[in-house]
Amino acid sequence: MRAPWARTPGAPDRRRLAWAPALAAPDRVLTLLALALSAMGLLLVWSATRMEGDHTLLVRQAVAVGLGLALMWLVSRVDLRVLRAYVPVAYVLALVSLAAVLTPLGVRVNGAHSWITLAPGLRLQPSELAKVALALAFAVPLGELRDGQRRPGFGGVMLALALAAAPIGLIALQPDLGTMLVFAAMVTGALLVSGAPKRWLLVLALGAAGAGAAAWRLGLVRPYQIERLLVLADPGADPGGAGYNAVQARIAIGSGGFYGKGLFNGEQTAGHFVPEQHTDFVFTVAGEELGFAGAALIVLAVGALLWRGLAIARRSDSLYGTVLAGGVVSWIAFQTFVNVGMTVGLMPVVGVPLPFVSYGGSATVAGLLAVGLLQAVHRTRAAA
Amino acid sequence: MSRARLFVLRLAVAAMMLTLLARLWQLQIADGDRYARAAADVRIRTVPLPPTRGRILDVAGRPLATNRTRPVVTVDAVELAHQPDGGEVVLTRLGKALGRTYRQMAEKVRLCGPEVAQPCWQGSPYEPIPVAEGVAALRVSERQQDFPGVRTELRPVRAYPYGAAAAHLLGYVQGAKGRDGLEGAYDRELAGRAGRREVAVDHTGRVTRTIREDPPVPGDTLVTGIDARIQAVAEAALGRALSSAGGSSGAAVVMESWTGRVVAMADRPSYDPGVWTDGVTAGEYRELPLLARAVQGEWAPGSTWKVTSVAAAASAGYGLGATYGCPSGYTVGDRLFRNFGSADLGRMTMRGALVESCDTIFYRLADELWQRGSDAMQRTARGFGFGRPTGVDLPGEAAGAVPGPASKKARWQATRKETCRRAGKGYPELDDRARAAYLTALARENCRGGSVWRGGDAANFAIGQGGVLVTPLQLARAYAAVANGGTLFSPRVGLKIVRPDGSTARAVEPPVAGRLPASPATLDFIRRALSEVPRSGTAAGAFEGFPFDQIAVAGKTGTAESFGRRDTSWFASFAPDPAYTVVVVLSEGGLGAEGAAPAARDIWEGILGLRERR
Repeated sequence: MRAPWARTPGAPDRRRLAWAPALAAPDRVLTLLALALSAMGLLLVWSATRMEGDHTLLVRQAVAVGLGLALMWLVSRVDLRVLRAYVPVAYVLALVSLAAVLTPLGVRVNGAHSWITLAPGLRLQPSELAKVALALAFAVPLGELRDGQRRPGFGGVMLALALAAAPIGLIALQPDLGTMLVFAAMVTGALLVSGAPKRWLLVLALGAAGAGAAAWRLGLVRPYQIERLLVLADPGADPGGAGYNAVQARIAIGSGGFYGKGLFNGEQTAGHFVPEQHTDFVFTVAGEELGFAGAALIVLAVGALLWRGLAIARRSDSLYGTVLAGGVVSWIAFQTFVNVGMTVGLMPVVGVPLPFVSYGGSATVAGLLAVGLLQAVHRTRAAA
Repeated sequence: MSRARLFVLRLAVAAMMLTLLARLWQLQIADGDRYARAAADVRIRTVPLPPTRGRILDVAGRPLATNRTRPVVTVDAVELAHQPDGGEVVLTRLGKALGRTYRQMAEKVRLCGPEVAQPCWQGSPYEPIPVAEGVAALRVSERQQDFPGVRTELRPVRAYPYGAAAAHLLGYVQGAKGRDGLEGAYDRELAGRAGRREVAVDHTGRVTRTIREDPPVPGDTLVTGIDARIQAVAEAALGRALSSAGGSSGAAVVMESWTGRVVAMADRPSYDPGVWTDGVTAGEYRELPLLARAVQGEWAPGSTWKVTSVAAAASAGYGLGATYGCPSGYTVGDRLFRNFGSADLGRMTMRGALVESCDTIFYRLADELWQRGSDAMQRTARGFGFGRPTGVDLPGEAAGAVPGPASKKARWQATRKETCRRAGKGYPELDDRARAAYLTALARENCRGGSVWRGGDAANFAIGQGGVLVTPLQLARAYAAVANGGTLFSPRVGLKIVRPDGSTARAVEPPVAGRLPASPATLDFIRRALSEVPRSGTAAGAFEGFPFDQIAVAGKTGTAESFGRRDTSWFASFAPDPAYTVVVVLSEGGLGAEGAAPAARDIWEGILGLRERR
């Protein structure tokens, strides 16, 4: 005898949300990778903060992961078309919060106005969540073609760039070079997969190069940013100053060897030799305590996650889904490359967190939301 | 949508991740060892743990050099650096308590570096930096809570309970290194081995834990043959003699005749070795009388030398019992050599020559031996251990000098240019015409024939003049050898090295350096002769009323001329029981019988007094 609540073949699943159309099963591997990376992040944050004597930071990060997973689950259950309806709201919210950062509501940390205080002890970094909003908004003009169009035209590309220019401009005022670069990578990746004509991409690349040169010539690049670039070339030049982070990070990672010194056993980590170790430099904890085995595993896990994301982009039956997934993949890929790159001395020290792993509520939630978006693209295609 | 475009993104993602993996491999596997060392460099600090220096004891276990603790104020530089103002308030307050300015304090505790010159702290920043000692330290310890980062602790410092007594013999310690005297000679054993503590530090330099500790090994104890009571006797006798007979400096050596062990060794002028504990400035250092005269001082031996001359005569075939004339003068070549005080003492045996210290007998002996071309005098002197260091376990020993034809020729060659220039030009810068003429004649003679060892040189040599130089210790061991039947020792101050657990690490035996080139009969003859010197001979005045029945002291006076200065006063003596040899020298002390002999009597009486007390 069948239970009364059992599903009749062909009948709609009563458990699913009323406003959500039928969705395919989620990509479990993708979910598993996001979970694993978040759990690894918690362990590393725990290790990096173990000498503090209390677990405040660990608990806060655990709460952020929990919130992020909940939002990821929620977003992954929403049909892409439904999600699309909320894009204008998300985009405007993102712009407003980015603007709020520059008002007296903003908080200055490490020389950049990147935070706003929502309540005592609760700060938000709007630029992180703005990544999600821009990924969603950017895909609209590129992914929704008029009848007869096979690829985005001049108007679509221009609109997309205009949509990107607003948040990037606000972030430039903070200023936050690292986040700007991530946005730029996301825009580039999304444009690339959208199929926009090559000449537009070429013009864009030349324009970006020209803007960079102009910024340099006009003195818009700040001295510390130049210093960081020079330090990348020769970290030993000023080991006590600008190069300190870079040198200490490489020492911590390099001293890990193949198997590492064991979780919670890293001497460099215990001695707090690497500044910002639980946030932007959390990868050094993995490098020292888990060695090449653990560090490479993190890179491989992120790579596998990106691989799933690329497969989702390829299989999506809507251009909107492809462009959205492509933008998300470009964001996570570039941010990971910059973050790990700066700890191993491949990239200048710009403050971007390691997705899923670094301490930081906004970044953690944004990263998991991004996985939720990939999941939504994946499930919407399969159901259609 | 374009599959080709997606492929480009796929390539880009793959390239980025593979780049990271390759770089990780390079850092962690290829260069892992290098980074592991770099990590240890930034994380691990080594703090030296100084060992306790071994003590120096006398033969009865009395401490001659020991360690005492005294309060020291130290500053923890790392802790001070962590204070919000970099420790300025604490240092200012500490300076006030010690009577110094903040600047002076800050200079004491700053770390030396390429751009930081003295004054500064040369040690490790993880070592407590001493800033004050003694009474000042106690003042700080009473108000410990006012001085965070400042501690008072008890630290060992070297102490010499007998003060200036035996200061040269003991030497001193600078830093952790023994210098001069026994501290220097036995530094390896006394020093022990420093330990080290490896500590882990965090990025601010604060010590988080101890990784490894290698404890210091305390130094061994040096037990010496010195008898602190006899040392005190010798010090007192030397001091009294210098104040009563005059003289600028002096030394006294007491040896065990039959073993070669040094029992006491006193030097004047002396100093209080306590000065080293508080630090010595460059100016003070230059003023310190650091010359250990008993082993580093060289004087002409005068008549104490005649012991070797008698032995040389005996070995050359002269009868010891035969009689010789002791005229008031004896002519060698074209020069008249006068007897001491130009006295004509008639005919006497060789015994008389020693007891009365007749010079003319020895002039004649030397002249005759020289004419025969014999080097018996030089050979015998070297056989008595002169002209080379004794090999005593003390640093910086002088060799003395036994001149002869070869050394004279070498000296002439070294000075010929100047001598011959003077022979031609004379001494126009001198006002004293007579003296200038004399010196010019001398230079002329030396320029022509100064390379030749003449009869006059041999005559001077025979009475311990003419370039003969000895150290008090050389003379003491030669007389000890006469007393013990001919065994020449390389004297030793150390007796044994005792480990901290009380076991003996090694015993120090005075090695035998040789046999005197004299027959038992000759030595017996010399001993008998010398036993008459304090009873009826040249030292009879000094030893008047001496209880010879209790200690049968034998000895020889010496009065050596020193160009332009008062005579050097010597007395070398020994006794069969207690079998000690006692040598005293007073530089510019006058006659041996009047300066050194009374001092030696003082020492013998002191030894006797100690024996009676027993």
